[in-house]
Amino acid sequence: MYTQGLSNPDAPAPAKAVEDAGLAARFQDRVDAEERIEANDWMPEAYRRTLTRQISQHAHSEIIGMLPEGNWVTRAPTLRRKATLLAKVQDEAGHGLYLYAAAETLGRSREEMFDDLLSGKAKYSSIFNYPTLTWADMGAIGWLVDGAAIMNQIPLCRCSYGPYARAMIRVCKEESFHQRQGYEIMVALCRGTPEQKAMAQDALDRWYWPCLMMFGPPDGDSTHSDQSTRWKIKRFSNDELRQKFLDALVPQAEYLGLTLPDPGLRFEPGAGDAVKDGAMKDGVRGHWRHGPINWDEFRQVLAGNGPCNRERISARRRAHKDGAWVREAAAAYAAKQAKQKRAA
Amino acid sequence: MATTSIQVNETPLVLYLLRRADDALILGHRLSEWIGLGPILEEEMALGNIGLDLIGQARSLYAYAAEAEAAGNDEDKFAYLRDAPQYRNLLLAEQPNGDFGQTMVRQLFYSAFADLYWRAMTESHDATLAAIAAKSEKESAYHLRHSSEWVIRLGDGTEESHARVQEAVDLLWPYTGEMFECDATERTLVDGRTIIDPATLRDAWDHTINAVLSRATLTRPKNPWMQGGGRAGRHSEHLGHLLSTMQHVQRTYPGAAW
Ligand SMILES: [Fe+2]
Ligand SMILES: [Fe+2]
Ligand SMILES: [Fe+2]
Repeated sequence: MYTQGLSNPDAPAPAKAVEDAGLAARFQDRVDAEERIEANDWMPEAYRRTLTRQISQHAHSEIIGMLPEGNWVTRAPTLRRKATLLAKVQDEAGHGLYLYAAAETLGRSREEMFDDLLSGKAKYSSIFNYPTLTWADMGAIGWLVDGAAIMNQIPLCRCSYGPYARAMIRVCKEESFHQRQGYEIMVALCRGTPEQKAMAQDALDRWYWPCLMMFGPPDGDSTHSDQSTRWKIKRFSNDELRQKFLDALVPQAEYLGLTLPDPGLRFEPGAGDAVKDGAMKDGVRGHWRHGPINWDEFRQVLAGNGPCNRERISARRRAHKDGAWVREAAAAYAAKQAKQKRAA
Repeated sequence: MATTSIQVNETPLVLYLLRRADDALILGHRLSEWIGLGPILEEEMALGNIGLDLIGQARSLYAYAAEAEAAGNDEDKFAYLRDAPQYRNLLLAEQPNGDFGQTMVRQLFYSAFADLYWRAMTESHDATLAAIAAKSEKESAYHLRHSSEWVIRLGDGTEESHARVQEAVDLLWPYTGEMFECDATERTLVDGRTIIDPATLRDAWDHTINAVLSRATLTRPKNPWMQGGGRAGRHSEHLGHLLSTMQHVQRTYPGAAW
């Protein structure tokens, strides 16, 4: 999700043939048995690289994701909303930190990963390259973006890599809280004045399609899904997750009295929908189907041409540059203290 | 149509509560401006956490002010529907963030005071204030520790950081005197043991600040001149800009509930 299967597939690692076939088989057996792989366990190099990329992209997304919401903290319309939004942005920073720590267990340092973000080498979720234009965007982001994040991250709580799975358990609890807060903002707007309701509709109009794109390319085009599925990093395909998200979304929008900006949206009844009561089994329930997604827009945003790509990265670069003297001072002070301690 | 500002019946207690609430809100708001700009993620979080504590303190104080005034105002009306001259905060709180060093010096000056102040206020004869003080005291102790550590690190860090943080100390020093003021209105509350006289905290504040500045190898400014006016609503140029951002949505959509 926050990783979207975006990067080019890893070049086939050289000398993979050398990797012990016995170790690899034992590794796959453990994964198949739903055992958790821990940092010090043997793992195939490609597994390590895939996870490092995925977890660090997820961490970057949390950190870049602070910016569009940070844009409204100083303008939140009530003190309660201001405190809740500030706390939410703090949570996202915390998510970024746990995720960097989880990725570090695979051998790359947080500094290296962060440098990749600043240099533009590493990706982050396309969703954060859209602007937040009104207060309603704080509602729409919590409801839709955090909502989409949850769909993706709940299965990641069972990811084969232990440190990532554990980080996700903690993160998911907070994300569902964020989603409720976001929805509650939307409820307040939709029960408010006509201007507020229009603001809510406008936010939904702008965030709906980018949120559907958050799940990544359609299953046919996704580059690493098969291997990630075998490794039990990925439990559901992009399209399956997008479907779950849409099925949850439609009744929520209806409750708000908002219209999804999707003329092609339609309900496809399942066999079980004819049955009045009785337990419905999976596969017999109908589904909401969305209209065609503009994948060209998605590709453009990934290529750096979204409305805010340059701003987001340059904001982080500027902060990093402006803070260099602080980090240098902290290091110099720590070195002096260490020297004094040795002398004592 | 813009929403007109509210009128507040500033009895001594209400005025006092607004002053302290405004300090906390304005400084908390300033800290929230750091999102996305911190030198390291952990610091961005720390500044946000301090900001959250302060906004929380402001809300408790406004809630009590609303109750004391009993005129239908509430925390949001106080925060969003008063114009700059109706704000009663310290000039120190509204000073811009500047660089990270300047933010930390501002925090040190304020928190060294707030820590002492709220501890002393736990003895208030007003039970509501004593309870607010007990919570604020714990939070302020952490804010003081955090900001002192940074001022020491930056003061005794590199040549550049030393120069920057000394400049911040010199810049903000004239705004420290206002914290110890006690006007005739507050005097009546002091006499009733509702609040303490902040002037009694002067020596202890000096002691804390001198210790931090000395460990930071920084010089305490000599100029005794102090700026004032915030408590009476005469502010620096900065507050109007802060309020125009903070109050933007409330003022643009009058009467809406959020
Ligand atoms: Fe998050
Ligand atoms: Fe997330
Ligand atoms: Fe979130």
